[in-house]
Amino acid sequence: MASEQPVPRNANACAHPSRRLFTISAAATAASWILTACGPKRLFEAPKDRLKSLISDLELRYRNEYGKDVHVSDAPAMPGVQFAYALDISRCIGCRRCVYACVEENNQSRDPQVHWIRVLSMEKGKGVDFSHADPYYHPAQVPEEGHFYIPVSCQHCQDPPCVKVCPTGATWAEKDGIVVVDYDWCIGCRYCMAACPYGARHFNWTAPVLPAAELNPNMHYLGNRPRAKGVVEKCTFCIQRSRAGRYPACVEICPVGARKFGNILDPASEIRYIIEHKRILVLKEELNTVPRFFYSYAT
Amino acid sequence: MPLEHPVRSIRRFGGFTRGSLELILRGNRAYWLWMAFLGALIVSGSLAYAAQVHIGLGLTAMRDQVSWGFYIGNFTFLVGVAAAAVILVIPAYIYDWKPIREIVIYGELLAISAISMCLLFVLVDIGRPDRFWHLLPPFGHLNFPSSLLAWDVLVLNIYFVVNFVVATHILYRAFHGKRYIKQLVAPLVMLSIPMAVGIHTVTAFLYNGLAARPYWNASILAPQFLASAFCSGPAILLVVLQLLRRFTRFEIRDEAIWKIAELMAYAMFLNLFLHGAEAFKEFYSNTQHLLYTRYWYLGLGSHHTMVPFAWAAVACNLLSFGLFISPSMRRNWITLNIGCLATYAGVYIEKGMGLIIPGLTPDTLGEIYEYYPTMTELRVAAGVFAVGFLLFTLMLKVAVPISLGEFRDNKEAEAPDAAAALA
Repeated sequence: MASEQPVPRNANACAHPSRRLFTISAAATAASWILTACGPKRLFEAPKDRLKSLISDLELRYRNEYGKDVHVSDAPAMPGVQFAYALDISRCIGCRRCVYACVEENNQSRDPQVHWIRVLSMEKGKGVDFSHADPYYHPAQVPEEGHFYIPVSCQHCQDPPCVKVCPTGATWAEKDGIVVVDYDWCIGCRYCMAACPYGARHFNWTAPVLPAAELNPNMHYLGNRPRAKGVVEKCTFCIQRSRAGRYPACVEICPVGARKFGNILDPASEIRYIIEHKRILVLKEELNTVPRFFYSYAT
Repeated sequence: MPLEHPVRSIRRFGGFTRGSLELILRGNRAYWLWMAFLGALIVSGSLAYAAQVHIGLGLTAMRDQVSWGFYIGNFTFLVGVAAAAVILVIPAYIYDWKPIREIVIYGELLAISAISMCLLFVLVDIGRPDRFWHLLPPFGHLNFPSSLLAWDVLVLNIYFVVNFVVATHILYRAFHGKRYIKQLVAPLVMLSIPMAVGIHTVTAFLYNGLAARPYWNASILAPQFLASAFCSGPAILLVVLQLLRRFTRFEIRDEAIWKIAELMAYAMFLNLFLHGAEAFKEFYSNTQHLLYTRYWYLGLGSHHTMVPFAWAAVACNLLSFGLFISPSMRRNWITLNIGCLATYAGVYIEKGMGLIIPGLTPDTLGEIYEYYPTMTELRVAAGVFAVGFLLFTLMLKVAVPISLGEFRDNKEAEAPDAAAALA
């Protein structure tokens, strides 16, 4: 067939294939540059000015959504600060005030309820044994006879398994040790939840419900700003408070002073005193996650 | 290979596409009934998925305590099916054993369909499917090599491409009456063998690497994954091959089928042995880590939703081993097919729910939440399976006539017998 005959090369419609190739690749490069530079980005690597504009967008969005003036902080980790937490097991009475103070402070969903702190009731004879722990204890009065309590939330590990497994780099440890989640970058695969040995990570299985009247307007972009359906969240040591020199809400509310928080690099800090003078234990030390959350026995 | 003129190759490709379309639009009553059935499942699955996207994953039974379930179980099982194409590729290409060589292409088509289902199961499981591009550099960020999920994304996609290229190349060449280009196919097939082992090993490591979950954090996991994959993949293929033999002119020798059944018996023995080794270690040492194994086989307190599944899987696996190890049983078509169904069921249970649910129950703080998939999950999963079967059916519809030499470009047939060219 005539049409099937090879046509001479110079009759080819594209006279300069290399030039066309160049144009195509230049256009592709430009398009990808524009998308990467201007499109959504991981907060982890967002430059300062971009972060500022992202944050003012967030403030506007929350203001419109909740009809309330909100402030979203972008306070970075302070140099010379490494946060740590200590909880005195023998003082805790299992009242769960910390659980609800945390919910109010950190704008968790009220329906379904998302709790970043889980208080476990344990039997005194058995020691710290999760297989016999009861998170749903509901006696008329706490503490119950023969029981003690272990509140568990994010342990802010120095070698966090959740950070290691996240496929998109949507969670990381900040310089001051706080493990944070980028709610706008998380794809909701929940691999971090499978990896966390402390059940500290919580997923928004449905759209979180947060009445405007209960919204805490003091926020941090890596902390208590409202979350969306389909992403993971967790304790941030109340980053919006701790980076402003305040105690986390759970520390403030605890009626028995079981909870202590501070900068471990400061030799005069209370947390440093506790670690140096009390008998310390960390949960599941055999997993080598190196928590920044210490449990102590009053001694 | 001499470079062909672009216009000519486009015309040739057009002929192939048009011809393929005509092929898949032609079929008997049974074919259209099957298509309608798959179509109905896909519609139902899509509706359920739309609701899940709208309301959230709260429509599934997954919760913070058991954060992965039916979807990820199916994903894991299907990675095994995809990996099992290798059991056919190895003897076909390395030992040049002809009876199997003729059917290798169907193993590859099965792998393509299985990987498509795997990717769909991951997609339906994630909370923010609109953000899947966050994984794709340069726009997104892939946490490689730290995250095993990043590894899995990479190897599954490469494996998909390799199988797709090999299968379409062989068929496309055969369509034009030519033999495939050995310099292209041979290295890709050589690559696909370690990759088949690789995708399943990486998927096993995805669970294996989590120290928080003692049930998964056992080094027996990857070998056991491979052993069970070499049972389930061929089990599906054996049934498909018999159907092809019955309903088309396709010739598949009995020896090929018997050989595959024999290989399955060895794989099943290994699978049972590895399970036994793990059960011994858990029960004899009787540490707190026994809880998860106990939940699967015996239940914990009043919680025993999974126990019937566990023993059904054990029974199916033992039955299929017994049937396939005996030469007279695997040569009897009835017992052979019972064995295939038993293998499929047994591995489906143990690799799906049997891996994921006891891995997460009790949770890391000791709470027992009894997971059982909801209607949404069942409908979405059925839809995903229907998409996979639809793909497989359509690919077979084109591949079978090509390999029989019934469907080919008659304008430029260069070899008299395309079937010979394929083999």
